[in-house]
Amino acid sequence: MLARRVIPCLDVDKGRVVKGTKFLNLTDEGDPAELAERYAHEGADEIVFLDITAAHERRGTMLEVVRRTASRAFVPLTVGGGVRSVDEMRDVLRAGADKVSFNTAAVADPTLLTACAERFGSQAVVCAIDARRLPVEAGADGAPGRWEVVTHGGRRTTDLEAVAWAMRAVELGAGELLVTSMDRDGTRSGFDTELLAAIATRVRVPVIASGGAAGPDDFVTAVRDGKADAVLAASIFHRRMFSVSDVKEAMAAAGLPVRRIEESGE
Amino acid sequence: MSGAIRVAVLDYGAANMVSITKALAAVGAEVSVAEDAAGFAGMDAVVVPGVGAAAPAMDHLRERGLVEPLRDWVRAGRPCLGICLGFQLFFDASDEGGAETLGLLAGRSVPLVDAPTLPHIGWNSVNVVRSHPLLDGVADGSYFYFVHSFAPVPSDESIVLARTTHGRPFVSAVAQGSLYGLQFHPEKSSEAGLRVLANFLGLVAASKAGATPKAGVTAPAADSAGVA
Repeated sequence: MLARRVIPCLDVDKGRVVKGTKFLNLTDEGDPAELAERYAHEGADEIVFLDITAAHERRGTMLEVVRRTASRAFVPLTVGGGVRSVDEMRDVLRAGADKVSFNTAAVADPTLLTACAERFGSQAVVCAIDARRLPVEAGADGAPGRWEVVTHGGRRTTDLEAVAWAMRAVELGAGELLVTSMDRDGTRSGFDTELLAAIATRVRVPVIASGGAAGPDDFVTAVRDGKADAVLAASIFHRRMFSVSDVKEAMAAAGLPVRRIEESGE
Repeated sequence: MSGAIRVAVLDYGAANMVSITKALAAVGAEVSVAEDAAGFAGMDAVVVPGVGAAAPAMDHLRERGLVEPLRDWVRAGRPCLGICLGFQLFFDASDEGGAETLGLLAGRSVPLVDAPTLPHIGWNSVNVVRSHPLLDGVADGSYFYFVHSFAPVPSDESIVLARTTHGRPFVSAVAQGSLYGLQFHPEKSSEAGLRVLANFLGLVAASKAGATPKAGVTAPAADSAGVA
C-alpha cells in the first residue's frame, strides 16, 4: 500500500539553509546537502528545497546544491522557486532533482506546466498553490469555503479560485499539487483540512499538504480529514520540536500507512 | 574488495544521472556514463535508468546508436539492470505512445489499472513472490520509491520476483538470467534501495567469477549498503 509521505522543506538562500519569519530576519542554518542527508536518515520520504534567492543573485548556486544533495541523500528531491522555463527545469533535473515545483511562474504562464510535462513527464511537474481563504459573504454562514490563489509569498492576489486553479493545473500537466494555506502558514495552528479536501477530492494526482503544522497530530488530520497523500513542514523539523520519526509514529498509531525507518535499516 | 565492478549507466537524456551514478558508487561500483556504443567497452554491467515516456526514450536510444549494442549485450548473457522506464523498455512494446520497445523480454507495458492516483508517486511496499539474490536482505513488504503510470506485464510469469499494489497488483521486480528489472527507483529508496544495488553488484561479481550465486547468499558488496 502506498505510504503517506512526510516531507521536510528547506528554505535555501544563496546556497545556504536559512530560517526566518516571512522572509525576514534570515539566519544561516547550515549546508542544504548536509541537512537533507540528516533528514533522509531520520526517515524523510522526500526533501523539498525552496530557493528564495533573489533573482539577481542566482548564478547556478542552487544547481550546485542540488548536485551535492543528490550525491549523498538517496531520497527524492523537489526544487521550487526560481524555475521559469523548460530549459531551467532541464538544468535542475540534470543536477539531480526529481521534480520541480512551479508557483508564481505557473500562474503567470500556465502553459509552462504543459511544456514541462510534455518534455519531462507530469511526474516531474509539481504545481505549488498558495491559497488564502476568502471571507464568507454575509448571510452565507455554513457555505463551503472558497480560497483565492496568491503569489509572491502572499503579497499579491490573483483572480484565480484555488480549487478551480488546482483542477486546471492538473489538466495542464501537473502531476502533483503542493497546497499551502497562507492563512495557516507559520502560525502552527494546524493544516486547513477543508481546503485540502476540497482539492484532493477533485483531482487524481497526489496532494501535498503544507502550512500550519504544529505537531504530529496535525499530520494525521491532514491525511485523514484533508485527504492529503503527503504532508510537508519546515519549522517543526528545523527547530527540532519533532523529528520525522515522531510524526510517523503518530501516523502509524492512527492506522495510516507510513514507511518506518526500522523497516529499511538493519 | 579487489577488482571493482565496472558499471556503465546509459545516458540517453531520460534520466536523473546524478542519483543513479552516485548510488552505484556508494555501494562500491566503478561507474561510468555511456552515451554511445563505445561506452560499453570494458564494462562488467550495464544499467538502463529512465523516467518519462517510452516513445521519446526509444527515439533517443536510436539516435545515440544504443539499441543494437544493448540488445547484443543482453543476448550475450551479460549483466544488465533496467530501472523504471529502463525496465519497461526491455519488453516488446508499450501502450504509452504505442512504442515498440527493445524486445528482450516477452510482454508489454500497460497503464496501471484502477490506480487511485496517477502517476503512482511515492513509497510503496514490495511483496516478494520469489526468493532471489537481487532481493537478498529485503524484507517482504519493504518500501521503495516509485514514479510511474505504466507497468510491464511479462508473458512469462516465472521471471517475476516481486509485485506491488496500487489499485491492482503490478510487477515491480523481475529477473531472467542476467537481465534484471526494477519498476521502483533503488537510487531514490534510501538504505533499502542501496541494498538492492549492492545485491546487483554481487550478482555481477559472481557472473564475472563464473559462479552462479545461490539465493540467500549475501552479496559481497552488501555491507556498504548500511552505511551509505
